Amino acid sequence: MQSNTSILKKIPPTPLSKPAKGAMGKTGTWRTLKPVIDLNKCTKCGLCWLYCPEATITFTKEEGPKIDYVYCKGCGICAEECPAKAIEMVREF
Amino acid sequence: MSKIIITTGNYSAAYAAKAAKVDVVAAYPITPQTSIIEKISEFIERGEMKAEYIRVESEHSAMAACIGASVAGARAFTATSAHGLTLMHEMLHWASATRAPIVMAVVNRAMGPPWNIWSDHVDSLSQRDTGWMQFYAESNQEIFDTIIQAYRVAEDPEVKMPAMICSDAFILSHTSQPLEVLSEEEVEDFLPPYEPPFDITDVDHPVTHGNIVWPEPRGDASVGYMEFRYLMHQALLNAKRKIKEVTKEFEKKFGRNHGDLIEKYKVDDAEVAIVSMGALAAQAKYVVDLMREEGYRVGAIKLRVFRPFPDEEIREVAKRLKALVVADRNISYGYKGISATEIESALYQLEKRPIILNFIMGIGGRDVKPEDQRKMIEAAFNIIETGQLEKEAEWYGLVR
Repeated sequence: MQSNTSILKKIPPTPLSKPAKGAMGKTGTWRTLKPVIDLNKCTKCGLCWLYCPEATITFTKEEGPKIDYVYCKGCGICAEECPAKAIEMVREF
Repeated sequence: MSKIIITTGNYSAAYAAKAAKVDVVAAYPITPQTSIIEKISEFIERGEMKAEYIRVESEHSAMAACIGASVAGARAFTATSAHGLTLMHEMLHWASATRAPIVMAVVNRAMGPPWNIWSDHVDSLSQRDTGWMQFYAESNQEIFDTIIQAYRVAEDPEVKMPAMICSDAFILSHTSQPLEVLSEEEVEDFLPPYEPPFDITDVDHPVTHGNIVWPEPRGDASVGYMEFRYLMHQALLNAKRKIKEVTKEFEKKFGRNHGDLIEKYKVDDAEVAIVSMGALAAQAKYVVDLMREEGYRVGAIKLRVFRPFPDEEIREVAKRLKALVVADRNISYGYKGISATEIESALYQLEKRPIILNFIMGIGGRDVKPEDQRKMIEAAFNIIETGQLEKEAEWYGLVR
């Protein structure tokens, strides 16, 4: 048995993590294909922002979508979902 | 008020889930378990049970749904057999490591191929290392009582681990016996509502369970993966103590005791004892009575809990015995019966050990009659006389 001051008495029975930006590090380095938005084609519908599984796209009605490349893993879901075909996946390496 | 009815092992499990006021049931039908969840859906449909029944497309999903429900604070229940249980295997690890105190009724059935729906303990024993507590019941009443007890143990803050209550296909599942159904009020007094360790429904303070943990302490994490595994091990060791406390309290309140980790029957002055799991443990006691009338100093041990394993408890009995017959309704291919290997490992620490005769019997539901158990016990008495143990594990009743 561990003593009462043991760290094992203080930790929860199962690991808990709280959401924080970049908790897994700079995941943008995982990317091989980079989504590039053509703002001339973009209709500012916001679907890319809605679909991004990593919440790396910010969106305002005025400025449209903006991708945070420090964390974007390059999954391509935004490009697949864009109804205006305004997002192109560009090879980085 | 409780009432006495005559019903099957499967309905006994359903009545227990109802009496325990289970909040969520997610299950998928499979013979011979199906009538458990049929009865539960009937209870819910009639408005007699206020639970959410989640229909799923597989047992893997059934367990996943139970985990989600349990973590969110619900008392979760499911039931399965054989291939359903083995399909759940991944989620069994997930449930215990999430520390979700789910209780599951397992109706032991042989694994295919070839298809066989009869009793065999390989399905649940193959889940030995998933972190689940395993209880084996010998009667319909024990199925009912153990489900209630198991929630108490599983939900204890010092345990927080899931439990499966195993019973033999058809021998119990589809056989009617008298059953005292405890009322929800009586049970609630013994089993208070479940209180989850965390409130994950607090959306203002979101948390994730089971995210990545590194081999070593790293960053904000003061411990690594290994420490969480140690806590699970400690939890099951705590469960040994809790099972004893809970069964004692249950007896005081309801007047029944099916044993705690093991049940000892006439072993105090015995030279030989037969170890059994499940329904055959009941028949073993009958055989012991018959043989005692003829002067045999024989007793019976029911292995009621297989995990956590009752090593000290078995040692305590076995050190006084000359021989131990271990009857296994299972086989670990390439070695011997699964409970025999566990018992032998526990007895290794003894200075003076009894001879162990392991019988592989009843595989795929093959009938084991009282005269069969008698022959196994007689073989042990012969070996005490001759001192000759020819085979460590014998396939009993094999057509040759």
